[in-house]
Amino acid sequence: MNVTATLFGQMGTFLVLVLFVMKFLWRPILDALEDRRKRIADGLAAAEQGHESQARAEEQAQEVLKEAREQASEIISQAQRRGSEIVEESKASARNEGERILVAARAEVDQESMRAREALRSEVGRIALVGAERLLRREVDADRHAELLGQLAEEL
Amino acid sequence: MADTSAAAQPATDNPVEYIQHHLTNLCLGCDPETHRASGLIDFSVFFLDTFLVSLFLAGLIMLAAWRVGRRIDPDNPTGLQNVLEILVEFVNGMVRDVFPKPNVLVGPLGLTIFVWVFLMNLMDLIPVDLVPWLMFEAGVPYFKVVPTTNLDATFGLSLSIFLLIIVHNVRERGAWGYVKTYLSHPFGIWLFPVNVAMTLIEEIAKPLSLGLRLFGNLFAGELLFILIALLPFWAQFVPGGAWAIFHVLVITLQAFIFMLLSIVYISLAYQDDH
Repeated sequence: MNVTATLFGQMGTFLVLVLFVMKFLWRPILDALEDRRKRIADGLAAAEQGHESQARAEEQAQEVLKEAREQASEIISQAQRRGSEIVEESKASARNEGERILVAARAEVDQESMRAREALRSEVGRIALVGAERLLRREVDADRHAELLGQLAEEL
Repeated sequence: MADTSAAAQPATDNPVEYIQHHLTNLCLGCDPETHRASGLIDFSVFFLDTFLVSLFLAGLIMLAAWRVGRRIDPDNPTGLQNVLEILVEFVNGMVRDVFPKPNVLVGPLGLTIFVWVFLMNLMDLIPVDLVPWLMFEAGVPYFKVVPTTNLDATFGLSLSIFLLIIVHNVRERGAWGYVKTYLSHPFGIWLFPVNVAMTLIEEIAKPLSLGLRLFGNLFAGELLFILIALLPFWAQFVPGGAWAIFHVLVITLQAFIFMLLSIVYISLAYQDDH
């Protein structure tokens, strides 16, 4: 139980020990802790940012989807409109065509009847002429009455 | 820890001599008859055992600090790095709580005190006869293995703290400001003779109480281990074990108290209402 020169030895050892610990342990560990703290904070911030961008991307995707849906429905309605238009057009053209065919047919029928009437007329005229000739063979001179008969055939 | 070997057996024949032997340092410059220093303060004497053991423990700390600090990995802390990180954070938190502004020295100082004092105290748990017996076999007549049962070790620490207290005070308040705290504290400048006496006592009581507290606890602890070692060997286990378990608490607590009070004492330099 004495205070001796050992005291100074102890104080010297203590001084060296403190300086050593400060330089080789305290600073590196505090730096490492700070480094770790920063990394964790950065990581959390990055995660937060990731969440945010994900939410943004989802929102964007929803928007794009909505737009696409709208466009699609627009296209569909356009197509439907166009389809009905085409139907209407073809209906109209068919109707026109029908009418045209009808008209042509009618014209042909007219022509045909005309021709038949002509033929009939000339046939009747010939038959009448033959009849008249047979009746009038004796009294009517064919050459003399040819003009008259021609006129008759014309009227028919 | 209480010794259980037969080496304790003959000691019971002469307990006084046994205890005396255990309390004698390996000494340079001591009286060759008594192996003691001549007075309470005798600077011609050097206790080699205290110095060497504490130096060895300081070397251990340095080795561990160097090995861990050299290859520190912030992402994957392992083993001793974990332990030291916890200690550093613990001490750093305490320093930050107490100090109003950052201080480079006090953190490592506190950590060093805690670890070093703890290790020096831990020597108390080595069986009391083991090291002296080994040393005796090696031709060393006396060896006191617990440095903190020696006033030199505890006062070495507490006087260093005392010097740091003065340095911090002078740095913070200036030399005149520091002297002024002696003159005007606590009763105002007109009672300065009383103030000087009071403050002087207060200041000197700090290192004195630090050193004596640690010394007293560890000396008493070691003495009790020695006394337990005087029991017949079959009766040593229970009291020896119990005291060892309790002593684990004491040595840790004493190391912690020494560190905490050192930090607090130095931080007082930064308190305005001192």
